[in-house]
Amino acid sequence: MLKYLIKRILFMIPLLLGITVICFFVMHLAPGKPTDMQTQMNPKASAEMKERLMSLYELDKPIHVQYWSWLKKLGRGDLGTSFSSDHRPVADKILERLPITIIINFLSLIIIIAVAVPIGVLSAVHQDSLFDKVMAVFVFIGFAVPTFWLALLMMIFFGIQLGWLPISGLRSLNYEYLSTWGQFVDLVKHLILPVFISAFGGLAGISRYMRANMLEVIRQDYILTARAKGLSERQVIYKHALRNALLPVITLLGLSIPGLIGGSVIFETIFAIPGMGQLFYMSVMARDYPTVMGILLIGAVLTLIGNLIADASYAVADPRIRIS
Amino acid sequence: MGFWEMFYKNKLALTGCAIILFLIAVSLLAPLIVPYDPGAIDLKNVLAPPSGDHWFGTDQLGRDVFSRMIWGARISLLVGFVATGLAIFIGTVLGAVSGYYGGWIDSLIMRFVDIMLCFPTFFLILAVIAFLGPSIWNIMIVIGLTSWMGVTRLVRADFISLRERDFVRAARAIGASDARIIFIHILPNALASILVTATLGIAGAILIESALSFLGIGVQPPTPSWGNILTAGKDNIDIAWWLSLYPGLAILITVVGYNLLGEGIRDASDPRLKR
Repeated sequence: MLKYLIKRILFMIPLLLGITVICFFVMHLAPGKPTDMQTQMNPKASAEMKERLMSLYELDKPIHVQYWSWLKKLGRGDLGTSFSSDHRPVADKILERLPITIIINFLSLIIIIAVAVPIGVLSAVHQDSLFDKVMAVFVFIGFAVPTFWLALLMMIFFGIQLGWLPISGLRSLNYEYLSTWGQFVDLVKHLILPVFISAFGGLAGISRYMRANMLEVIRQDYILTARAKGLSERQVIYKHALRNALLPVITLLGLSIPGLIGGSVIFETIFAIPGMGQLFYMSVMARDYPTVMGILLIGAVLTLIGNLIADASYAVADPRIRIS
Repeated sequence: MGFWEMFYKNKLALTGCAIILFLIAVSLLAPLIVPYDPGAIDLKNVLAPPSGDHWFGTDQLGRDVFSRMIWGARISLLVGFVATGLAIFIGTVLGAVSGYYGGWIDSLIMRFVDIMLCFPTFFLILAVIAFLGPSIWNIMIVIGLTSWMGVTRLVRADFISLRERDFVRAARAIGASDARIIFIHILPNALASILVTATLGIAGAILIESALSFLGIGVQPPTPSWGNILTAGKDNIDIAWWLSLYPGLAILITVVGYNLLGEGIRDASDPRLKR
């Protein structure tokens, strides 16, 4: 098992290098310079000053030299300094925003598992029942709904019409004056819509996949054996079938992580949540190369870690994987 | 049962087909059927709720939302077709080469696919569009360039399973060139699954375009798109619900249409896959 893990982790290194190369070159080959933002608006900016800015940011050097110096800094755990007016280290800017994004994504993963797996299992066990058909329609629409539109509708309905839930930010204005319990309730209320929206995209896919898996497993010989030796239907379904049908879903959950993280740009922008997605949106708009690079890298690392955890738990659950 | 017979019997697939044909007709005839000029500003009639004059109301500049949505249908279809066409082209070529030749070329292409799949795609699209500058052509190209990986894997798998079949060996034996074997002999057999992916891909591209336009880095105003009407919906969320409701419904129906059609083609071309 340990050997398997080490092999997987070593395999991640060239992948990560490839990722950074693609990001770096795509970004720097694009026309326009980050210094334009600071100089175009400023009539006093002379050509000389522009050059000074360019050399300050090392943008005047050839691109492979820039990449090498970025990589060397990365080796020391330094993601560089933001181009934006606060000139803070990129790592600090990301780290202060990462937890909220991870918490929301983690909560939505839990919701996806808690809701999609039972839906899939029940649909498969009661194939062609009314429940199965209703869920099929739900899943089909779930695939097609633009999540940002659903977010808007829920904001209008729960936030504005009913006034039940806040529609932006993480805290109310009177947060400071609330009791600890009140602060917790306030936070939960602010998180309900974003977490729901973030989970929604994954629900349809996972429940459908779960149903397909379950249907396939139920037809296997060992399920027939389990029935033949007189086990109760409950035991057959939940002990024998479910365990085997769950395995591939673990991998799919790992694969759905990039989608979840990518989606955080949308819901964090809509709900004005100060997370990594919002930072990414702002940095992209401001052409803040180091921050954009940093976030792309963190996003890729999170994806790889997610895949690794998925594969590792798969290997724990299914001995056949470990041998090959 | 043949493909068309299966397809005709599938009411859902026909519904999807009808939705898409309807949308294509609307886009082609847009200049003839819009009740108002989609760009005509009417400051006396700003944010008017839906009425007999303006079926879907007006936006913050008094423009007719119904007319803008009809115009937006053009954008959605254009982006969907071009972006998916590009993705299918790249994916098919790489997948065919990878699956047919195998060896180091295959490993190289597959590692590249792995790398591309590690990105939170939406991050990458956002970054590239923001740096290239938002325009409808850039969106189509970038969506295409970031959504070919699934096609590559699919075509590769088809090619691997087909390349040692007897009809391919026969073609090789009579001296057919690699290009001829790939395009004339193997590719047609993979066409059904490519078509299914393409149809579902168009739906995905339309969703991404609308999200980008919604965030303000897709189709730029004053050109109307379903996504950027929704941006106006968000800005006026507490007073003008109609700006948020209708464009989203249009996206939903369009995407449902493509998904129904795609699944219909899949079920008809390979009944074993039917769920």
